Amino acid sequence: MLGRGHFFKWYMGIFLVFLYAPAILLPVFAFNDSSVVSFPLKGFTTKWFAVLQTTDSLHVAVRNSLMIAVTTAIFSTLFGVLAARASTRFSFPGRRSIMGFIMLPMVLPEIIIGVSLLVVIIQMGFELSLWSIILGHILICTPFCIAILSSAFMNLDQSLEEASFDLGQTRWNTFWLVILPLVMPGIVASLLIAFTISLDEFIIAFFLAGTEPTLPVYIWGQLRFPQKLPSLMALGTILLVLSISLLLIADYFRRRGVRKTGIENSGGFL
Amino acid sequence: MTQPIIQLKGFDKFFGDFAALSQVDLDIKTGEFFSLLGPSGCGKTTLLRSIAGFETPSAGSLYIDGKTMEGVPANKRPTNMVFQSYAIFPHMSVAENVAYGLKARRLPKAEITTRVAEAIAMVGLEGFGGRASHALSGGQRQRVALARALVLKPRVLLLDEPLSALDKKLREQMQSELRRLQRAVGITFVLVTHDQEEALTMSDRIAVMFDGKIAQVATPQALYGQPCSRRVANFIGMMNFLDAKILSTSGDTVEVDVQSLGKLSLSLSQATGGIEGCNSAGVRPEMLTILTGSQTAEREIEAVVSEVFYYGDMTYYDVRLPFKEEPITITMRNTAGRTVLAVGENARVGWSASSLLLLR
Repeated sequence: MLGRGHFFKWYMGIFLVFLYAPAILLPVFAFNDSSVVSFPLKGFTTKWFAVLQTTDSLHVAVRNSLMIAVTTAIFSTLFGVLAARASTRFSFPGRRSIMGFIMLPMVLPEIIIGVSLLVVIIQMGFELSLWSIILGHILICTPFCIAILSSAFMNLDQSLEEASFDLGQTRWNTFWLVILPLVMPGIVASLLIAFTISLDEFIIAFFLAGTEPTLPVYIWGQLRFPQKLPSLMALGTILLVLSISLLLIADYFRRRGVRKTGIENSGGFL
Repeated sequence: MTQPIIQLKGFDKFFGDFAALSQVDLDIKTGEFFSLLGPSGCGKTTLLRSIAGFETPSAGSLYIDGKTMEGVPANKRPTNMVFQSYAIFPHMSVAENVAYGLKARRLPKAEITTRVAEAIAMVGLEGFGGRASHALSGGQRQRVALARALVLKPRVLLLDEPLSALDKKLREQMQSELRRLQRAVGITFVLVTHDQEEALTMSDRIAVMFDGKIAQVATPQALYGQPCSRRVANFIGMMNFLDAKILSTSGDTVEVDVQSLGKLSLSLSQATGGIEGCNSAGVRPEMLTILTGSQTAEREIEAVVSEVFYYGDMTYYDVRLPFKEEPITITMRNTAGRTVLAVGENARVGWSASSLLLLR
């Protein structure tokens, strides 16, 4: 007899195939010895990866993207720490609505953020540059950082801070000696998530890029040339592996933080 | 008499409109084991946190060791606290936790090492110095919290319900250990608790608090024997209450009409909270006896057993007196040869006028 359990198993199976099959095609064609992306496969090769090594414009795009992602990660995590600390420790009028507005970019369509930032930057007379992309990325990454860091700060027992103060330490040292070490796993997770989001982001980067493209913008531009497709598959494979590893590392640090503060694991990405 | 270590004068604390503490006057003597006892929400923890410096008073003043604490933050006060959650730093070892306060004082390394070792030994945790603190049991965390505070040799150690998270057996063990520790170091301990038994067994003196006010400050014996009001009497141990009406007072004697017991003349000292407004007579369950055979007592009254609770060494009887609706409780020790009465049996209750208290 086919019970409900069987039905759900099939449902899950089909769901996972639709979710991951397209992504699995990337590495398959990245190693396929043919300049046409279609079945049947022709044979194994790593030449598309070699092509990437010699494409200078790609290297420029990678450098731009890394610079943007690192800067974005640092700034949005910094803002995240300040906001999370303020919202979990102090109560001030309008705290809830302020936090709500800060979290809003998480659900706002990126195309709206992209267009409106473009208008603002042009109107203010600034040149489009890597910094305008960084600005946009900080805007969309900060809410994610706040979400991660809020849980890290919330898990912190407030009497730890009081104990440190009571034992004669100053507030400043208490932050460095007690609070920061305990929320460090959350900070690392926040840096990695912001880095990953910024690295993959296309719409805002596309709108705000001046003459210097980021990696996703570069890839989009190359799609016009069919003969470049296999090497883009190789590039996509590298990005896929990189993104998944970063997410796994971020979640490892989040879990470690939860364990350290002795609170039961709840939620998380994986 | 020496100067009190802690002095509160007209101390008020408001949270919005809510008066957590109102007009608290309190002296705590140097070297005593002092308990703040009361039901939850009575302000005892707020009072403790005010002494530590985590709450600033809305009015009134606090002196520690004769110095005003106005404007003195928690990290500059000669007090240390053992938190209810213990607040052990989870990312540090036991020894690092204990050394934390000494490092904040920038003491030489050698001195820190010896003092930490002493403190760890004092609380019976020898050999645990290198242990990661998140791997400790509840009792061990408690000891670390004690060592971490006592190593700084504070003038006053503040303890916020330190035993409430432990199971019964461990709690009793820690009670006697805290007492021993307090005698050994000679530091003033101020303990917050809602457990009257804990307060009675450990303290030199107890302050009973209700609704942000101090109801009575006394030694455990005085608190139990001479409670100042019905509410205190009811909170500390068990007490039977009978309606009472003051008929007249002359000199040292009071004429009262007590429910079920009739007209009596009592000593004025039996009105332990003052004669003003007294409307009940209280008697502790162990002051009453159920008489058997040819036993007699100063005074006797007939009653009917309405409930029996057998505890092995003791039996608790609920008995109904004439002219009183709710039964009163009598506790009897189960000595050899004594038979336990059954529900519905008649009982002769022996009592004495001197064991009655007049309360309001």
